[in-house]
Amino acid sequence: MEYVKLIGVLIIVLGFAFKLDTLAVVIIAAITTGLASGMSITHMLTMLGKGFMDNRMVSLFCLALPMIGVVERFGLREAAINIIKKFKNITPGKLQNYYLILRDVTGMCGINIQGQVQFVRPLISPMAQAAASVKHKLNKDQIELIKGRSAATDNFGNFFGQNLFIASSGVLLMASTMKSLGHAIKPTSISLWSIPVCLVTLVIVWLYNMHFDKKLKSMNDDTIKEDK
Amino acid sequence: MLKQILDIFYALIGVLMLLAGIESLRDKASKTHIGTGIFWLILAAIFLIGNYLPNEIIGILIVIIGLLSLFKQVKVGNLAQIDTKIAETAAKKYRGWIFLPSIILALSSILIAQFTKLGGQIAIGIASVLALLSAVVLTKEKPKDTYHDSARMIQALGTAGILPQLLSMLGVMFTASGVGVLISKTISHVFPTGNHLLGVALYCIAMFIFTAIMGNAFAAFSVITAGIGIPFVIAQGANPVVVAAIGMTAGYCGTLITPMAANFNALPVALMDMTDELGVIKQQAPIAIILLIVQIGLMYFLAF
Repeated sequence: MEYVKLIGVLIIVLGFAFKLDTLAVVIIAAITTGLASGMSITHMLTMLGKGFMDNRMVSLFCLALPMIGVVERFGLREAAINIIKKFKNITPGKLQNYYLILRDVTGMCGINIQGQVQFVRPLISPMAQAAASVKHKLNKDQIELIKGRSAATDNFGNFFGQNLFIASSGVLLMASTMKSLGHAIKPTSISLWSIPVCLVTLVIVWLYNMHFDKKLKSMNDDTIKEDK
Repeated sequence: MLKQILDIFYALIGVLMLLAGIESLRDKASKTHIGTGIFWLILAAIFLIGNYLPNEIIGILIVIIGLLSLFKQVKVGNLAQIDTKIAETAAKKYRGWIFLPSIILALSSILIAQFTKLGGQIAIGIASVLALLSAVVLTKEKPKDTYHDSARMIQALGTAGILPQLLSMLGVMFTASGVGVLISKTISHVFPTGNHLLGVALYCIAMFIFTAIMGNAFAAFSVITAGIGIPFVIAQGANPVVVAAIGMTAGYCGTLITPMAANFNALPVALMDMTDELGVIKQQAPIAIILLIVQIGLMYFLAF
């Protein structure tokens, strides 16, 4: 029964899918995988320790955090807000695109802001709604759509920009995992080869957001027809 | 020599975790301050003196961390909030300059990695120290505040902060137990190895689906890269860097379409009081599918 080994994969999939305590799920999966493949308890514990020690480089991103803490105290977030506020009287789609670029650039500099909490909710979504309601009063569907798109833009910028920073946890995890799999690669090369996808995403999302203005407008026209 | 320098930076991570541990213990208003404190102190010990401990002991410490987390004894707790008034005044004073330390971090880490023989990891360590120094000089922050800022940032990570490293550890266990080999053997009964495009598509789609099921691309990466990425793509002659970089972002496309990724897709629905639970995912799904197809193409053309 070689397939018993796969119990760890099953535990990971079910544990994450049912939102059990993530840390415990990962450690339990590691323990059961080791034991199921016939390791003794001592050997399994040694492998856990070795696996953890060999991958300390993944946690190097912690070293960058004190600096972020300092600049946050001295108005990092407020300074970013002031930049966005300069763009008054623009369309919702354009606003989303400027925010997308801001998110990509900050991601490259290792600033992992909590975009949804710090920017989308208090700033991007209300500003986009304000920009859209200059000429027409917004209906419920339009407001819902703007909220959804604001959150989506944050995720697009966050996901596909962060790996351009060599000390991001994703890059370090890739470098470390590939090393244990016997194909060592450098963090700088990973960041370099993350550029194509980042650019493609930027272009596609840019067009998608430009189309968003048209979509919102078409929903305007529909409401007017209904009113008649 | 390089190893010793890197060990110094690992010890520095240990110091940061020590600060987080001390401050967590002092957070008496939180019911879980003891568990959280022990959690950070154990990690601090591993990073500070782990080199002198047998791996078996470290394995036991990892199990204790898991138990603390399992019994809900590790929480972020009450963190000192940033004074928004001070932050707003400072933002007016420093304007764009407040971004300078971040730019120093990004640029110096790349420059040191590219133009010295120290390597990427040490570059990150040196760049982080330079960036912190520049931030303290720029803002003339008091040492006491720097201490609290450092502790606060690490404490705010919570258990999620150590998750990437634990997932890598899981990857090591999978490799040692032959899980990757087993998965690839099973899949190769169904699909032939050797076809480049098929291999790339298989790897990217598996990253996409596994990430969607688990809601976490990091977890999917260690399993799927060992089981599919290596035998079906890299062993066929693909450039491992390209495969890893694009494979991970193919996984992120899975994050875009899954309710499992609560932080990204459910949190905004709650924050903005949206009526449609899937409102964010619906905005993301078309882009996720397009990007997945684009990435299969990119990996195929760039990796081979």
